[in-house]
Amino acid sequence: MDYLKAFVVGGGICVIGQLLMDLTNHKITPAHILVGFVTGGVVLSGLGLYQPVVDFAGAGATVPLPGFGHLLAQGAIEGAKTKGILGAFGGGLEASAVGVAAAVIFGYLVATVFTPRGE
Amino acid sequence: MSENEQPSPEEMQKIQYQQMVMKTKPKPPLLRNVAGAFIIGGTICTFGQALINFYKSVGLAKPEAGAATSATLVFIAAVLTGLGIYDSIAKYAGAGTIVPITGFANSIVAPALEFRREGMVFGVGQKMFTLAGPVLAFGFVSAWLVGLIYYLFS
Repeated sequence: MDYLKAFVVGGGICVIGQLLMDLTNHKITPAHILVGFVTGGVVLSGLGLYQPVVDFAGAGATVPLPGFGHLLAQGAIEGAKTKGILGAFGGGLEASAVGVAAAVIFGYLVATVFTPRGE
Repeated sequence: MSENEQPSPEEMQKIQYQQMVMKTKPKPPLLRNVAGAFIIGGTICTFGQALINFYKSVGLAKPEAGAATSATLVFIAAVLTGLGIYDSIAKYAGAGTIVPITGFANSIVAPALEFRREGMVFGVGQKMFTLAGPVLAFGFVSAWLVGLIYYLFS
C-alpha cells in the first residue's frame, strides 16, 4: 500500500512540474522547476503543510525536490528550537548534509571518470 | 489592426509567416508528456520507498534511512547520467526525471561532463554548480528565513 501511495503522490508532484512547463510554453524551464520546487517545499514545510503529505505518501513526498526543501526547513526549525539563532543557520545544512554531500561528491567523481558522450 | 489602415506588404508577409509558423509548429503533446512524467516520476518514488523500507529493515532509524535513500538515488542518477542513459529516459519523462532528487544529481553531472575539457577546476568544479548553485542558494536562504522566523516568534 505504501508503494502505491508513493507512486501516485510522487507521480502527481512530477505532473505539476510537467504542467508548469508545458502550459507556459516552456517559459518555465527545468532550472526554474528545480529552484521553485525546493523553495516551494521550504515554504510549505515552514507553514506546516508538507509534513502531512510526507506522513501520507512517504517516499512519494520525500524523494521529489519539495522533500529536500522540507528537510532543509525542518532542520532549520529544529536547530532554532534547540540551539537558538545559530541553529537556524546550521540546522538546514545538518539535516540535508548527506544528500547534498552525496550529490557533490558523486557528481564530481562521475564527471571526472566518465567521458562525455559524442567525443 | 484598424480597418482603414492597410498593412504594408512587409507587415502582411510577417503576419502570414507567423500564421504559417503557428500552423506548422507541432503542439506539445501535453497528455503524452503528463503520462510520461507521472509514470516515470512515480516509479522513481516507488523505488525510493523500496530503498527506505530496505534501509529500515537493516536497522537504520527513519532519518538515517531517508538520508541513505537520497544518497543511493543520487549515486544511481549520477552514474546513469555519466552513461548517457538518464538523458534518454528524460526524453520520455520530462519533469518525471527533473522533479525527483535524481534530477538534482543529473543537474550537477550533465553540465560538469559537458564542460570537462575546460579543466578539472573551471570545467568540472565550476560548471557542476551551474544549476545546483541556484538551487542550494534559494534552498539555504529560504530555510534559514524559516528558522529565523521560528526563532523570533516562538
